[in-house]
Amino acid sequence: MTAPARYTGTAISLHWLVAFLILAAFPLGLYMSDLALSPLKLKLISYHKWLGVSVFLLAAARLAWRTTHTPPPLPAAMPAWQRYAAHGLHHLLYVLMFAIPLSGWLMSSAKGFQTVYLGVLPLPDLIVKDKALGDILKEVHGLLNYAMLGLVIAHVGAALKHHFIDRDGILARMLPFLNKENTR
Amino acid sequence: MIRLLAILSLFSSSFAYGTELSAVQLDQSTIAFVSRQMNVPVEGAFKKFSAQINIDPARPEAGRARIEIDLASIDAGSAEANDEVKGKSWFNTREFPKASFVSSAVKALGGGRFEAFGKMTIKGKTLESRAPFTIKQEKGVLILDGAFPLKRLDYGIGSGVWSDTSVVADEVLVKFHFVLK
Repeated sequence: MTAPARYTGTAISLHWLVAFLILAAFPLGLYMSDLALSPLKLKLISYHKWLGVSVFLLAAARLAWRTTHTPPPLPAAMPAWQRYAAHGLHHLLYVLMFAIPLSGWLMSSAKGFQTVYLGVLPLPDLIVKDKALGDILKEVHGLLNYAMLGLVIAHVGAALKHHFIDRDGILARMLPFLNKENTR
Repeated sequence: MIRLLAILSLFSSSFAYGTELSAVQLDQSTIAFVSRQMNVPVEGAFKKFSAQINIDPARPEAGRARIEIDLASIDAGSAEANDEVKGKSWFNTREFPKASFVSSAVKALGGGRFEAFGKMTIKGKTLESRAPFTIKQEKGVLILDGAFPLKRLDYGIGSGVWSDTSVVADEVLVKFHFVLK
């Protein structure tokens, strides 16, 4: 059985969908938290939470897909430390894809605001209202996001380095286009 | 009136003083509400209010109530919201510090359920209002529990940009719990 040269279409779709949702939710979260209370702020907070819940659900789908589908192997010439770094980074990104929405959900509950997905599906409050805990969870949510920002920068930087410097076709495995370039 | 007093004192014969029948135990009583923001139910409450309630479950139609709420005592769910709702477009507590409900008519609906009719005044506007409630008698106290929907825009609560009911719903559920001794 030969290893696949590319990620599956499903894996590629999920990757980019989650990437765009995170790319929208992150600046939205930063922007809305500095706004004075207004109808716009309430709307944006809800949209932000819906994005977060979507990321969580899609991350679960990705994890399920990832555990049942072997990804394409890394280039044989890749040094061991880079393999470890890549695996470590991917693991951490997966952890954060779950941990960040979860911390936001808990933070909302602690602050006394339930999450109602898409305005129709109420999620249970896992913890009761507790202002002090809410403030701590807000810090945690923020810190996890900055950790995610750092990791995403490293992730994108590594992908670009592989594409433009190493020219090893790693990036193309995850792109919906550039198919032809990637026939190792 | 004398007959009412006689009935009240008869009813309260198990207590030391007849007049205590209508003493609302403020520390055990609550006035709370649930608003919906982007369809998210948000709990709130008024911490300070006064209440005079006279009700005899045997003669409910003689019941009377006067509730006054200190609007600045609102807990709307967060410090940010508390500041906002005291402002002009919401309760404007500087100009209208109190809201009141004055009832002089109570109807028995059967099965321990009643309905109080009266005038609700908020932000200088008075409207006919009614509040269904139940009465429970236990250990020498009367417990009144009720809830009714209030349309905030009828009273101009949350005007201007806040009148968008797709963000904050027009209907607010007001819940009350009064313990009378």
